Amino acid sequence: MSTLTITQDGRSAQFTAPRRRPVRPSAVGRTILLALFVLVSLFPFYWIVITSFKTNADLERGTHSLLPTSFTWSAYKADFSQYDYWHNVLNSALVAVSTTAITVVVASAAGYALARTRMRGRPLMLGFILIAGFFPIMAMVGPLFLTFSHAHLIDSFWTLIVSYLVYTLPIAIWFLANFFSQIPVEIEEAAVVDGLTRLHALFRVIVPVAMPGVLTAAILSFILAWNDFTFALSFMQTPSKYTAPLAINNLGHSQFQVFPNMIDAAVVVVTIPIALLVLAAQRRIVSGFTSGSTK
Amino acid sequence: MATIDEARDTPDRQTRPPKTRRGTLLAQDRRLGYGLIAPAIVLLLAITAYPLVYNIWNSFHYAVPDIPFVNGKLAGLANFRRMFSTGSVFVPALVHTVLFTVVSVAIEVSIGLVLALALNRPFRGRGLVRAAVFIPWAVPTVVSAEVWKEMFDPQQGFVDYALKLLHLHSATITWLANTDTSWVALFVADAWKNTPFVAIILIGGLQVIPAEIYEAAKIDGASPWRQFRRLTLPLLKPALMVALIFRTLSAFLVFDVVYIMSNGGPGTSTETLAYLDFNAFHVDNDYGFGGAISLVLIVLCLLIAAAYTRIFRERA
Repeated sequence: MSTLTITQDGRSAQFTAPRRRPVRPSAVGRTILLALFVLVSLFPFYWIVITSFKTNADLERGTHSLLPTSFTWSAYKADFSQYDYWHNVLNSALVAVSTTAITVVVASAAGYALARTRMRGRPLMLGFILIAGFFPIMAMVGPLFLTFSHAHLIDSFWTLIVSYLVYTLPIAIWFLANFFSQIPVEIEEAAVVDGLTRLHALFRVIVPVAMPGVLTAAILSFILAWNDFTFALSFMQTPSKYTAPLAINNLGHSQFQVFPNMIDAAVVVVTIPIALLVLAAQRRIVSGFTSGSTK
Repeated sequence: MATIDEARDTPDRQTRPPKTRRGTLLAQDRRLGYGLIAPAIVLLLAITAYPLVYNIWNSFHYAVPDIPFVNGKLAGLANFRRMFSTGSVFVPALVHTVLFTVVSVAIEVSIGLVLALALNRPFRGRGLVRAAVFIPWAVPTVVSAEVWKEMFDPQQGFVDYALKLLHLHSATITWLANTDTSWVALFVADAWKNTPFVAIILIGGLQVIPAEIYEAAKIDGASPWRQFRRLTLPLLKPALMVALIFRTLSAFLVFDVVYIMSNGGPGTSTETLAYLDFNAFHVDNDYGFGGAISLVLIVLCLLIAAAYTRIFRERA
C-alpha cells in the first residue's frame, strides 16, 4: 500500500534520512500534485459552464476575465426551444438505457453459461468473446454502415443499440462470468430445492446476489452508449433522431450563426448525468476494470 | 452440481438406471448452457463476422455505386495500389496516425502512471478526488473535443488569454489554423480524456500487489526508487500491458476528436487513417477503397496487438 511514497520519494528522497519513517515533504508534494490533477481535470468544465451563461454581447468582447462576467439562461432556452435539444437528449437516454438493459440480460445469461454449466466448447466460446472484445470495431464502422444500409436499418435506434453491444457485451460477459463463478453454489442449489427452475434461479437469485457486479457492468455499458459519436454520425441521418453528441456537433457546424454559449449549454446538459454517475460510482468503475485486467 | 441433480429427481426418473439419468441431466445442463450463451454469440458474430467478410469481398472489387459501369467488377489489388499512387493522402495519413498514436500513448501512459500512484494510497477525500479526475474520461468525446476547441479558441478561449495574462505570448495564436498547433490541441484534448482511463487500469493493477512485499523490501533497506523499479513496475506489467494495448489500438483508430476539432485540417495536415476511411464511405461513396482502408486498419491493429503480446511475453 505504500507504493505512492515510492514515486513521490523518487523526488523527495533527498530530504529524508534513509531509514526514518516518511515523510512530510512527500506528503506535501503529493497534495500539490493531486491538486494540480484536479485543477486540470475540472477547470475546462468551469470554463464551459461560465461561458454557457454569458450573454451574446459579452461573448463578442472576447475573453476578458477568469470569473463569470454575465449571467443569462438564454443559451439553454435557445437550445431547448429553437433546436429541440431535449429531443436529442431523450434519444440518447433511450438508446443508452436500452443498450444497458439488453447488455445486462444477455451478458448475465452468457456469463452464467460460462461460469456454471458444463457445456462443451467453453474455452472456444470464451476465446471468441475475448477476441470480439479486442476487435477493432472502429475500423469497421464503414462496412457496418454498408451492411445496415443494405438491410434498410439506417436511421434506426436499433442499429445503434446493436452496434454498441459489440462493445458492451464482451466486457460485461467476461466480468459477470468471473463474478458468478465466485458465488457459492449452495445459494443456487437452495433456490432449486425451493422449486425454481435454473433459469428462474439465475434471474431471481444469482443476479440479485451479484448485484454489485451487475451494476458495474451496467454503468460501463451506459457510459459507452451515452458517449458514442462515430456510430451515430455514420448511422443516423434525420436530425430529429440524432443523439445528443451528434446534435452538439451539428450545432457547431450550423449554417446559422451559433454562439459558443449555445454549444456550451448543450455540452453542460450532456455532461451532468455522466458527472453524477461517476461521483456516485467511481469505486465500482475502478473495481470493474480491476477484475477485467487481472483475470 | 450433483446436489442439484439429485434435488431435481422425480420418482419416475429414479426408476431408470443411474447412468442414463446422469447422462440426461448432463445433457440438460449443456442444453441450458448453449441456450443461454447463444444470444450473445449470435449477436457478436452478426455484427463482426458478416460485415468483415463482406468488407473483404468489397475491398477486392470496385464498389462505387456512383460509377455504374465499373461498380461490382473485380478490382484485384487496385484499391490497395491506389493508396500508394501519386497524390494519394494515404501515406501522409498513415504518418499522422503513427505520430498521433506514439505521442498520445506516451503522454497518457506516463502521466497516467503518476496519477495512479498518487491515487492509490489512501488519504482523506480520496473518493472525491478520484471521481474528479475520472470525470473527463467518462464524458463523451464530443464534450472533450468541443471543450478544448473552445479553450484554444482565440476569441472565447482560455489558453490565449492565460498566455497573455502571464506575458508569455502577446500575439493571438489561432491554434487550429496551423498544423503544429493543431496537433498540440489534439494531443491535449486526447490526453485530457484518456489519461484517467490509463490511471483507472493501473490503479486496478496496483491494488492486487500485496503490501507485505514492500515491508520485506523496507526491511532489506531498499530505497523507494529501487522499490518502484524492482517491485512496483514488474508487478504492474499485466495492467500496463492492458492499458497500452487498449490505448494504442484506440489511438490508432482515432476519428472523432479529429473530426470535431480540426476536421482533418488545416488542409489535410491532421487527417488520420480512420478519417480517410470515413470520407471514403460517407463523402466519396467509394466502398471498395474504403473497404481496403478498413482492411489495412484491421490488419495493422492485429499486428500491433501481436507485437505487444510478444514483447511482454519475452520480457516476462
